Amino acid sequence: MTDAPAASAPFVGPLADKDRIFTNVHGFQDWGIDAAMKRGDWDNTKALMALGQDAIIDIIKASNLRGRGGAGFPTGMKWSFMPKESKDGRPSFLVINADESEPGSCKDREIIRHDPHKLIEGALIAGFAMRARAAYIYIRGEFIYEAKVLFAAVEQAYAKGFLGKNACGSGYDFDVFVHRGAGAYICGEETAQIESLEGKKGQPRLKPPFPAGAGLYGCPTTVNNVESIAVSPTILRRGAAWFNGFGRENNRGTKLFQISGHVNKPCVVEESMSIPFRELIDRHCGGIRGGWDNLLAVIPGGSSVPLVPAREIMDAPMDFDGLKALGSGLGTAAVIVMDKSTDIVRAISRLSYFYKHESCGQCTPCREGTGWMWRVMERLRTGDADLSEIDMLHQVTKQVEGHTICALGDAAAWPIQGLIRHFRPEIERRINERGAPVMEAAE
Amino acid sequence: MADAPHIPDEAETRARWGNFAWTAENAEQVKTIIARYPAGRQQSAVMPLLDLAQRQVGAETQTQGWLPVPVMEYIGRQLDMPYMRVYEVATFYTMYNLAPVGRYHVQVCGTTPCMLRGSDDVFAACKNKGLVKGATTPDGLFTLTEVECLGACANAPMVQINDDNYEDLTYDSMSAVLETLAAGGQPRIGPQIDRQTSCPEGGPTTLKEMVTENHDYRGDWA
Repeated sequence: MTDAPAASAPFVGPLADKDRIFTNVHGFQDWGIDAAMKRGDWDNTKALMALGQDAIIDIIKASNLRGRGGAGFPTGMKWSFMPKESKDGRPSFLVINADESEPGSCKDREIIRHDPHKLIEGALIAGFAMRARAAYIYIRGEFIYEAKVLFAAVEQAYAKGFLGKNACGSGYDFDVFVHRGAGAYICGEETAQIESLEGKKGQPRLKPPFPAGAGLYGCPTTVNNVESIAVSPTILRRGAAWFNGFGRENNRGTKLFQISGHVNKPCVVEESMSIPFRELIDRHCGGIRGGWDNLLAVIPGGSSVPLVPAREIMDAPMDFDGLKALGSGLGTAAVIVMDKSTDIVRAISRLSYFYKHESCGQCTPCREGTGWMWRVMERLRTGDADLSEIDMLHQVTKQVEGHTICALGDAAAWPIQGLIRHFRPEIERRINERGAPVMEAAE
Repeated sequence: MADAPHIPDEAETRARWGNFAWTAENAEQVKTIIARYPAGRQQSAVMPLLDLAQRQVGAETQTQGWLPVPVMEYIGRQLDMPYMRVYEVATFYTMYNLAPVGRYHVQVCGTTPCMLRGSDDVFAACKNKGLVKGATTPDGLFTLTEVECLGACANAPMVQINDDNYEDLTYDSMSAVLETLAAGGQPRIGPQIDRQTSCPEGGPTTLKEMVTENHDYRGDWA
């Protein structure tokens, strides 16, 4: 294990093909185990496990891998929170979050349907490192084809002796189970996911206790995103230094970017962290529809993060810290691009509807607030509002944000705050244009 | 939500579904499902069993299927759960149909990434074919629902019809999909334009060797 290379300027892309982890991301080749093994999966997994549990966690820590599900929590540190021995006989569990539902995100889908063995091998290694008895992969219900592939891939791994008793000949017993969701965004929240796995409504739990202390069935549990787990075998094979060779400090590694919206060629592509936005779009997406002058705004990390106006994002590095500095976030690296033909208020209002639809109803500020915010957003869209309501809406988003058990309330508030911050003149224009004659008529 | 399902009359439902039981094949499947969870934690199986039951009802009625109350009670008994615990799961998750749907459940994604790429045109194509949001066509063929993000945003706009995704839609291609289904055919699943999954249209910008062979890049690892 070594530290980052001493290069003064960090590598920010473009990534060479040899450094891509998900080589079958577009599904040109078979996902099956024989083809996956020819690409390097399940290659002497026993030797990786022979490194030992603590050494595996140390390598993942040294790689500076940050969780790929949105929050960016250091993965190695998360694993290290799990108990090293069970004092009361409770087993530990790994839960892999494949409930990909964040608008804009479509990376876990590609991993599962085209490179499932990277995920399953990662499940074994991560589960072994955190001393878990089994992994449950919670895949969103609407991924019907993807779930079929995953069930079949897990069966293939059992048939080869890579899972089950004495997995990969390591002497460690480990099972992987697939659990299908049934259509609830909130089950992407870790404690809601655990509730759902237990056969209940997916409503988030209060923390503490944290899942590492009492999670699934009251046992120590770690919940990780699909991408975080699926990259870990390659990190072990190529070393922490290799992974540290991409991206800026504190934002290392490679990342699946998912570009949707108004680019010429939307796609999913693996790139170096910190790649400049312009480079990402020009190289892989054929540019912005209508050219760079036609760019209006970008939601860089999935629907939950605030939008960033064109001039600020154009040359920004696509990583956790770079986007945080712009008042937004990398989230899941789901890049939603909007050109100047976009009705920006409608675009955000539609997200408000999404959060209203997906609120689990447990906390009052979110249950009532998301509906309230959506209704006001709809009136702002048509201009059927008073100028003072912009500030009132902003104030309500502040009353929802931070006052709920989980982050869905925050996620509903932030896109609206971003809209008001950057596009207030547009909202005011609509109100003024519509407002004047209405006022006269009222008199 | 706003369009609350029209739950059928309970007496009729009981008369029709009161004797619901797993088919032999599904009964085997149920055992496999329950075995995935630790002993005593069989409640975890409620979601897969509801899905399986909905599919069985669908097969018997030639629709996508739904969950009559007696079927949920049957699952509750099997898993030793109070009926209400099953019911609250069924109402919480959107994929469980609480009322009958048509042969094809047309679920058009309307969330922002699809909206930006033209989901309005997809809805217009549905409307033109006589589909109404939240309702089933009089011939029982199509039920139209607007759903939230289905996680195929790089292939927007998209629709999920029963178990299959149709992606990269336009007004014309959505109309064609509906026409093919109405005629009893099976449209091509996946992108409706010349495109490999979520690869950029016109061919990959990366990993080009993979197009023609199962390339092993490990030889280039330093």
